[in-house]
Parts: sequence; C-alpha cells; structure tokens
Amino acid sequence: MPQPAIAPPVERENYLNAKYGVWSWLLTTDHKRIALLYLLSITFFFFIGGFFALLIRLELLTPAGDLVQADTYNKLFTMHGMVMVFFFLIPSIPAVLGNFLVPMMIGAKDLAFPRINLLSWYLYIIGGVMMLHCMLTGGVDTGWTFYAPFSTNFTNTKIVEAGLAIFVAGFSSILTGLNFVVTIHRMRAPGMTWSRLPLFIWAHYATSIIQLLGTPVVAVTIVLVAAERALHLGIFDPKLGGDPLLFQHLFWFYSHPAVYIMILPSMGVVTEIIACFSRKRIFGYSFVAFSSIAIAVFGFLVWAHHMFVAGMSVYAALVFSLLSYAVAVPSAIKVFNWTATLYKGSIHYDAPMLYAFGFLGLFTIGGLTGLFLSALGINVHVTDTYFVVAHFHYIMVGGAVMGYLGGMHFWWPKISGKLYPEGWARLAALIVFIGFNLTFFPQFLLGYMGMPRRYYDYSHMPEFQILNVLSTAGATVLGVGYLLPMVYFLWSMRYGKPAPDNPWNAAGLEWKTPSPPPTFNFDEEPVVTWEAYNYDELDSPDKGAPHKEEVPVAR
Amino acid sequence: MLNNFPLWPVQASTIARSVDALYIFLLIVTGMMTLLIFICLVYFAARFRYRPGVPAVQIDGSHALEITWSTIPFLIFMVIFAWGALVYFKERTPPADATEVYVVAKQWMWKIEHAEGQREINQLHVPVGRDVKMIMTSQDVIHSFYIPAFRIKQDVLPGRYTVEWFRATKPGTYHLFCAEYCGTQHSGMVGDIVVMEPAQYETWMNGGSTGPLSATGEKIFAELGCSTCHRTDIQGRGPNLHGVFGKPVQLEDGRTVTADENYLRECILDPGAKRLKGFQPIMPTFQGLVTEEQVNALVAYIKSIAAAKGEAAKASASAAAPPAQENAQTNALANGSQVQ
Repeated sequence: MPQPAIAPPVERENYLNAKYGVWSWLLTTDHKRIALLYLLSITFFFFIGGFFALLIRLELLTPAGDLVQADTYNKLFTMHGMVMVFFFLIPSIPAVLGNFLVPMMIGAKDLAFPRINLLSWYLYIIGGVMMLHCMLTGGVDTGWTFYAPFSTNFTNTKIVEAGLAIFVAGFSSILTGLNFVVTIHRMRAPGMTWSRLPLFIWAHYATSIIQLLGTPVVAVTIVLVAAERALHLGIFDPKLGGDPLLFQHLFWFYSHPAVYIMILPSMGVVTEIIACFSRKRIFGYSFVAFSSIAIAVFGFLVWAHHMFVAGMSVYAALVFSLLSYAVAVPSAIKVFNWTATLYKGSIHYDAPMLYAFGFLGLFTIGGLTGLFLSALGINVHVTDTYFVVAHFHYIMVGGAVMGYLGGMHFWWPKISGKLYPEGWARLAALIVFIGFNLTFFPQFLLGYMGMPRRYYDYSHMPEFQILNVLSTAGATVLGVGYLLPMVYFLWSMRYGKPAPDNPWNAAGLEWKTPSPPPTFNFDEEPVVTWEAYNYDELDSPDKGAPHKEEVPVAR
Repeated sequence: MLNNFPLWPVQASTIARSVDALYIFLLIVTGMMTLLIFICLVYFAARFRYRPGVPAVQIDGSHALEITWSTIPFLIFMVIFAWGALVYFKERTPPADATEVYVVAKQWMWKIEHAEGQREINQLHVPVGRDVKMIMTSQDVIHSFYIPAFRIKQDVLPGRYTVEWFRATKPGTYHLFCAEYCGTQHSGMVGDIVVMEPAQYETWMNGGSTGPLSATGEKIFAELGCSTCHRTDIQGRGPNLHGVFGKPVQLEDGRTVTADENYLRECILDPGAKRLKGFQPIMPTFQGLVTEEQVNALVAYIKSIAAAKGEAAKASASAAAPPAQENAQTNALANGSQVQ
C-alpha cells in the first residue's frame, strides 16, 4: 500500500516503540503499557462473558429447556455474572482508561507505584487463570451471588476455587484503587489544583475509595464461605446456629458499592466527552465533582435494599429504602448537569458523543427504574424477576459499557496514535443502542408480568415467550454491535491514518502531548495555569483554528 | 381493564391493587421525568448543533438551578418512598384472624399443609375473599414463595419461619414460582394457586382430610414423650404449655420475648437458646429427630391449646410483624405466675 507523501519519514519515539519484545511488555512498569495489557485481558473476558450471555439468550428462545441441561444453564448464568462483574466491568474503565489517563491528566510521569501497578495486572491474570481453570473443570452453579446455605452446604461445584479467583482479583482492584488515590493526592503537576482536575479524575478518586474500603469485605466473605464449606463452622448454617442472612449482608455490603465502582468511572468518561463535543465547560463543575463523592459515601449505606423480601425486619427495610432514594439524588444531579452543559453549546456528533448520548438515555432509564425497585411495595413484586435483570443491565451495560466504549473511541487516537473509521464507529454506536434496548427493554415487561430470573425452563408459563424472543433477537444485534469496534480498532492499528496530537481539539493535559505519548508522558513537566475545560480559550480565533478544521477525518 | 391487557399480570388480590396503583403512579412520574430529560437532550442537541462561526456560550453553573433540581426530585422521591412503605406495611402485616397454611419448601417442591389437615404439593387451594396467612420454612436452602397475580413474595429460609399473607379477589388458577435461585431444578419449583368460590372450597376442603394439623401435633406430642415433662394438668419439669402461645415469657437471662411461632420452633430445635426462667436445662434438642412438617404440627398443637383463641390469633399475627405491645403487656400481667 503506497504511503501518503506527508507521512513522517521517521516515527518519533513513543511508549509503543520505545522497546520491543515480549519481556518489554510483561515486565513493563509504564502505566500506558499496563493499560494495554489490561485492555487485551478484559477484552478476552468480555467475549467469554458475552458468549455465555448468548447461550443464555438462545436457551430462553423457547419455553422448554432444550438447548442445554439445567445444570449447564445454571453454570452459564453464574459464570456470565462472575466473569462480567469481576473480570470485565470492575477493571474495565479504571484499569484501562484510568491507568492510561490518570497520570497524564494530572501531569504526572506515571502512577505513584508503577511496580504495584504491574503487580495488580499479574494478580488480575492469576485470578483470571484460576477462574478459567474453574470454568473448564466444572464451573460453579450458585449464581454470582453465592447465597448461603446453597453455596456452603448444598452445591458440589467449585465454589472455593471460584471464590479464590475472585479473592485474588480483588487484590488487584484494591491495589489499583490505592495507586490512584496516592497518585491523585501526591503527583498533580504544579498548578493542577483540586478544582482544576478533570471530572474523570474526581470520578476515579471516588471509585478508588470504594475499591479500597469495599473489596476487603467481599474477600472476608469469600474466606468465610470457604471456611464454612471446609470446617462446618456454623457461620451461615442455621442447623449449627448460623444465620444465612448474615451472608447476604456481608455480600451486598461490597457488591452494592461495586455497582458504583462500575458506573462512576463511566460517568467520568461521559463528562469529558460531553464537555469536548459541546465545546463547553461542564455546567456546575463542583456539583458534578462532589456528587461522585456523595455517591461513593451513600453507596455504602444502601446494601440491604437487595434484601427487602429476604426476611429482614420491616423497620430495617424502611431505613434502607429511604437511603436508596438519597443515593438517587446525586445521580439525578449529574444527569441534569450534563443536560444543562449541552445548552448553548456547539455540539458535534462524532462517535464518542453518540456513545455519550446513548449513555445518557440508557442511564436515565436505568436510574429511574431504580426508583421502582426502591419503593418497598413494588420491590416485593419485582425483586428476583426480570425487572431487576433489566434494571441492572441498563446501569451496567447501558451505562458502564456505553461509557467505556465512548471513552475507547475518544482516547483511541491518543492510545494507538491512529484514527479509526468514523463512519463505522457511528454505525456501531447506533447498532449497540438499538440492540441493547431490544434486548433489555422487553425484560422490564417480563419482570412486571412476574417471570423470575435464573429460570432455565419456562414451559409452565409459555405466555412469556414473545418477549423472550425479542430479547434474544436484540442480543444478537448487540453482539454484532460489540464485535464491530474490536474489528475496526484492530484494523486502524495497521491501516488507520496517523492521529494528530489533539484530534478533537480537546482540553486536558493528555492532549498536550504527542499521540501516542512518550514513555514519560510529557517532554517537560507541564505547569497548569488554566481552569478545567477551557474550551472558550481553545476555540477563540486568536488561539488557533476552531474545532472542526483541525480534524483530519477518516471516513 | 388491566386484566385484559396482554402485557399486564392478572390482578387477583387486594394487595395487587395497591401495588398496581403505586406502579402506575411511578410510571407516570418517571415517564414525565424521562420525557423532560429526553426533550431537553434532543432539543439542545438539535438547536445547539455545531454551526461555523457560532461559538459555544460558556456558563459556569447556577446554584439556584442546582438547588431546584436536587430538591424537587428529592421531594418526589419522598412521596414515592412513603407510598411504597405504606404498601409494604400492608404486605407485611397479616390480619389477626387469617386462615393459616403451613408451607415447607425443599429442593424442588412446595409442601403445603392446611390447618384443617389437607396436604398438597405444588398446589394451594384457597377461597376467594378470605385472608390467608402462610407460615413458611425450608428444609434445605433459601427459596422464595412468589405469586405474581397477588404481587407478593417472601423468601423462605431454613431454620426459621417467615410469614406472607394475601386475600384473593378473583377465582382462577395462578402461577406459584420459586423466586430465589435454589439449584438444579429451580425453574421446576413452580405450582398453581387455585382460588375457588367459598362453597366450592368447602367441598374441596371436606374431601380427604386426615384431621386437623393440631390433632396430628397432639399425637406427635404424646409419641415423642413431650407430655411427660410438659404436663397439661399441673406444672411439670417443663413448663405447662397451656395458654403460652402469643404471650410474653421471661427467660433465664432476664429477657422477655413473645412466644410466637418462631420462638416455639426454636425451643423444640434448640431448647438451650431461650430457656424459660425457673426451669432446668434438661430438655434435649429435637434437631434432626423431627421433620419440618412435624415441627409445624407441634407448633399448631401448642397454638391450639392457647388459653383464649382470639388473643392467640392476634399474637400470631405479630409473629412476623411488629409485636402488639399493649396486648402483650396485658397478658404478661394476667399470666405472670403461670410462666414462672
């Protein structure tokens, strides 16, 4: 293929070509290279989890349990949940985009503990290999929630092995959180005050705090389950004086805040994208920043809203319902501020912005259906049905994954130094949006009609089939939507046009360094003299060309 | 109207009406919120799209707006919260005179026993218009007794009783689902709730009964030798159980608890845990010696020999719900000497 004449004859040194060879990757302490290691590994797990999802949807195409055995189906949804939650969603944005961008956005050379960062990836991989081994040698059938006493006294599947895999991967999460907190506190460039931080950083700061404080609790819970299985201590077994509800309290004490580990970084990504593509400062910067912290704090106080029919006291349920409404307020504040940011903007519809719009729509629906679930009277009817399944997929797939893909598109030119084909990217955004809604919207209806989740066979209630067929059809569309970006990102690495340093004319320190960046991010330490999102200065005529003209668009 | 809408579940209990009303209110409120946000998004996205030469107008924010859009949603949320809590209290407070049905869940079936003695598996026959209270426990893992047409659900736990109630409003056959994942055949743990006209129900009830559950309990009580210590005539080595159910009892450690179904059950399976004041720890555990059904029958028997039927029914209602304090205190005065 003939090279265009304008291509630079010699590529300048960057983090990708600084060193070659497998060991230069496996022993790297460069946060950008570690981010790419994470990118590869979580993409692998994403497609494994997605494959399980597809099998689940295929099984539910017909009421009879005909595609797989009941036990196989139970393992499929269990492994789908475990892989997606612990090996894709939780590390997705923090470990890939956060790893890549946190140091660059605050003007640092690397994270505070580069070797601990590499250790985090190895822990993740060890946990991942254990999980793969567990899946290949039999798997687990408890659901990702491990409810006792089923998990401790009744199932004969590989609970302890899966638990250990999550235990190890949990440390990866804790160490990443620790690294981010220290980095954000100690390594900001001169002039980068807290009020000048990109909101992506605030979101990651809040996320890291949850990772640090919450993950140890799930680790302890896993140890207790293993101990109960091996030694019959009677922690959760009522026959020995234990309390099965204790397990649920411990489990959700981590696993509810874990939802915010998944969604907060995505909110950070979307904030950056909306500011850039509407060419505006974020409306109510400090409200968006502190709402992240508020979500992190309140998120720890609502765990038992998963347990309204579990046998808890009526008064405890009352408190947890009230607090659940309290945590909805900061999320609402964010949505209103994002919407207000668009007002009097100069809005561009590039692919990242389409994903951000998709996020806004889906997160709004996901959030508002949370109001139904927090209403005690309705919760009794819809909990443990497909209503819940739809709700949390709207948040974690419609919200978190939409934000992740938006972020991947936004920063791909920086990460790879190449431009992806814009037309394909917009098409993929559209396919994902349509496929997602077709998959999960029918599940709200199914849930209110009463279809319980985790049912392998619904031949007793064939009236649920039509909506299940729609959902399965949507899932195949969604699958195509997720494969596309992988294909054109890979394609762009080889054939994409070289990306300029700042293809979107975006604010933020990461755009003031070459694409791809040099190993230590900046040729000289940046000094920040401007506020965050200074798009007025970037777009003012005497400061250079306005947004569009600088963009070499590849279509 | 809603009963003919294909995407709406049948509404067949009093609670279903309350839940649906709240649900429709929420659909309207959240629908309006969604519309507001989406209209703003679409309008701004179209109106303020990029035009050459028209720069964005920078706006820092507005405290007034922030306060408005935090406060108004919060107030709306509080209305939803209060309404939801009211419905929940109704769902969680069985009426005092409800007919009692004992449910034992196991992997993967529902075993049901009426107070009158009828036994069923994966089926529950009930009359229309009568309050029915289910006293439920599990033999193995956690299950959940879910009737979508009644909009009620309650987890069924091993080692304790949980309670759920309904009043059916419409004859028909409705789904019964296990809603808490419980292993291989979880999706096979389904059944039917058959709601009948009262006359039809009486006919059904009179066929094939083995006698009331409390009579079965009395038989077991004698067979297991309970009656050697728990005498019915005088105070034996164990407490006389006449009139105990539903009353507050004083424990050896100084606490006072209400002798509800869960308390009786615990005393049978773990007698040392909450021993009555003034009695020696001589009662052996019956953990593993009696089945869940036998425990239910024993509990039903002890309930049947409670002194006053009306009070017992009231107190039984309080087993899962907040204890009826006044009632309990009056009884404490009246029976103080007996339990000690």
